[in-house]
Amino acid sequence: MGIADITFYAFAVTLLGAGFLVTIARNPVHSVLWLILTFLSAAGLFVLLGAEFLAMLLIIVYVGAVAVLFLFVVMMLDVDFAALKGEMARHFPIASLVGIVLLMQMALLFGSWQEAEGALSLRQAPTPDLAEMHNTKALGMIIYDQYFLLFQTAGLILLVAMIGAIVLTLRHRKDIKRQNVVAQMHRDPAKAMELKDIKPGQGLG
Amino acid sequence: MVGLEHYLTVAAALFVIGIFGIFLNRKNIIVILMSIELMLLAVNINLVAFSSFLNDLVGQVFTMFVLTVAAAEAAIGLAILVCFFRNRGTIDVEDVNVMKG
Repeated sequence: MGIADITFYAFAVTLLGAGFLVTIARNPVHSVLWLILTFLSAAGLFVLLGAEFLAMLLIIVYVGAVAVLFLFVVMMLDVDFAALKGEMARHFPIASLVGIVLLMQMALLFGSWQEAEGALSLRQAPTPDLAEMHNTKALGMIIYDQYFLLFQTAGLILLVAMIGAIVLTLRHRKDIKRQNVVAQMHRDPAKAMELKDIKPGQGLG
Repeated sequence: MVGLEHYLTVAAALFVIGIFGIFLNRKNIIVILMSIELMLLAVNINLVAFSSFLNDLVGQVFTMFVLTVAAAEAAIGLAILVCFFRNRGTIDVEDVNVMKG
């Protein structure tokens, strides 16, 4: 067993353990932190597979953006998580039943598949030799060429998601006082206050 | 020697964990969203493993698109969640009956 195999098993075990803890953690903040560990070990697996660019993308996009987004929402919402977790024991049997059935179905499939005759000749973009081109460059060469339209569409999807999220969460509250900067600046001090000379003992009336 | 089957096994196990999480946390929609992320990650591992072992770069390109959709889904899902929480004061999914569906 070489060092690469040991690394694979370490990352795989971490991945599965952290993934399992995401689902059973009592505190959602801990769930998010386990989710981050899951993504980090998945990034490790990607590096082992020779997909460095995707590994770094996974760290930047998931750990840097999505997990932080989850953390924000979990901490921002004032939810009584203990009450939600109380139901977990009730759902445990059905959840494990579904999980075990699914695992058994996949185990039946294990090792029983075979490659088609001409499968290798059907490759759309064979990976260039590593000495010739590194992973990021090779990926860039086909994204900006063969898959340009799809790539732009992916950007458009992100734009729509961004606008949608902003529209959904933006609200203009009417019941609070706000600072009106323009009105403040155009205020005339002469009209705003008046000085009265009150004689002692007489009052304003 | 670690081969394609090892990666597929890991991905399958992660996918099952995701499904398990959805069924286990029926009420807590935040953990449901995280479980969906786990399932999408399992799909990504499958795609990258095949891409690596068959020497075809398209799998990695497709992984990138899955990543895009997953990020968009998380953003929209959490926005809907925040919206729902403001209206109802809870994130219990079983209470979702505003539309009387």
